[in-house]
Amino acid sequence: MPETSTKDSAVQGLDALELQPRRGTAERGPAEVARGIWAATWPKLAAVALVLLAWQAVVWSGWRSEWVFPGPDRVLPTLFHEITTPEFWEAVRVTMRRAFIGFALALAVGVVIGLAVSQFKPLRVAIGSLITGLQTMPSIVWFPFAMLLYGISESAIMFVIVLGAAPSIAGGLTSGIDYVSPSLLRAGQVMGLRGVQRYRLLIIPAALPMFVTGLKQGWAFAWRSLMAGELLVIINQQNSIGWALSQARQLNDAERLLSYIIIVLAIGIVIDVFFNWADRSLRRRWGITR
Amino acid sequence: MSTITESPTGTNAVRIDDITKVFGRGAGAVTAIDGMSIEIRTGEFLAILGASGCGKSTLLSLVAGLEQPTGGSVEVGDHRVAMMFQEAALFPWLTVGANIEVPMKVNKVPRAERARRVAELLDLVRLTGFERKRPHELSGGMRQRVALARALAQDADVLLMDEPFGALDAMTRDILHDELERIWRERSLTVMFVTHNVREAVRLGDRVVLLSSRPGRVIAEFEVEGERPRRIDSVQIAEQAATITDRLREEVSRHA
Repeated sequence: MPETSTKDSAVQGLDALELQPRRGTAERGPAEVARGIWAATWPKLAAVALVLLAWQAVVWSGWRSEWVFPGPDRVLPTLFHEITTPEFWEAVRVTMRRAFIGFALALAVGVVIGLAVSQFKPLRVAIGSLITGLQTMPSIVWFPFAMLLYGISESAIMFVIVLGAAPSIAGGLTSGIDYVSPSLLRAGQVMGLRGVQRYRLLIIPAALPMFVTGLKQGWAFAWRSLMAGELLVIINQQNSIGWALSQARQLNDAERLLSYIIIVLAIGIVIDVFFNWADRSLRRRWGITR
Repeated sequence: MSTITESPTGTNAVRIDDITKVFGRGAGAVTAIDGMSIEIRTGEFLAILGASGCGKSTLLSLVAGLEQPTGGSVEVGDHRVAMMFQEAALFPWLTVGANIEVPMKVNKVPRAERARRVAELLDLVRLTGFERKRPHELSGGMRQRVALARALAQDADVLLMDEPFGALDAMTRDILHDELERIWRERSLTVMFVTHNVREAVRLGDRVVLLSSRPGRVIAEFEVEGERPRRIDSVQIAEQAATITDRLREEVSRHA
């Protein structure tokens, strides 16, 4: 029937017209890829150069003597020397192990609390605002209490990391679940999604982008709590980034001190880049941003 | 109720019998539907037309079993009911294919069977080749066709549609009318199609039921004349639509 075939092609023609060709993403030669990378990189390189220049300018101004405030010309060689020593990697290993274990604990606690709060209304009324309150607390105030509870030990640090990070993680999960779009919930209901399946196929994936935002914030709190902890809770003779920082201060070794500050910054940036990547690819997949 | 014996069971897919739906209690209570009775024959395309506040969406929720009527009864017998909305409400994190699979997962359809039926349903809505796309990569009309495929994946033979083409442009809507009509016939579906667009109702419906507003009641029924497939811009459709529009205006001005 010729009439049907015109209708067929009308459907397909409309589909083809409505799908805009994606501009510029189809074919990219190596030169364009290289240009893209350069376009993304040079502002960052310029920023680093600017910071180094400003730093050097302050040193040149003679604001503080050079053994207290050395310039990049002295700190950077120390930094590069430092990262070739096994002690440095041992310190990074200890700190990162604490960070990951602490974050994993906070994740477990945060998920349990977040799920519980989103499930039971009375619980939300009871501790919902407490969670928000905890997020605003500087975690460092917990350290005296943590040291009283656990002594000078890693457990004291873990305790504070969990208290610092878990509320953000729980909060991210609860608001993720709260803000699942009503139309998706209705669609799920119509399809007969119930119980565990409803969580597995609908609620959890829908809440994921906000949960990742919560994780990112939780990580920031965990990392801060950990650094504060390593400076306050000096565990005897155990190498760590915090310990190296306080050692350098005691020895008036400003070059090493600044090296480790740069290391802390670098680790923070690397993890942040990871979370941003996760966040962005999730959002792109979910179609929230392109 | 005595009216139940009026037509023999089996010919009616849905029987809505003197239903009332009240939201809230006491002084703040709102009667959305008051004494509404509609019978939908198996295989019928019923268009439900009404202005704002006629309880159209509430009616569909009651038929879908998402809500319970305050009074009266809704019977769907052995029929399986699926529902579509104005927004496609596809899961954005899933591909088109995986979206269509969701209701089959609920019904515990084995994996190989799911894949086979996804291909078949995509072919039905003419989206073969789009299985691995994500909803945000599709146009509004295509998303609605995926939503239709997903609804059909529920193995439903009664399809409730709540202004499904309300957010689409005229040309897309026109083409989707043809598509829906074709699929309705191929699959021998029973359709309850809610709209506030009179021409759309006449274009698609075997019968048009006109509802009053606040509370919702059936005020008139029209058997639509005209051979299928119909054209929305035909004189015959326009004339019938004019009659219904007049009746609808009368109802709306009652609230002035």
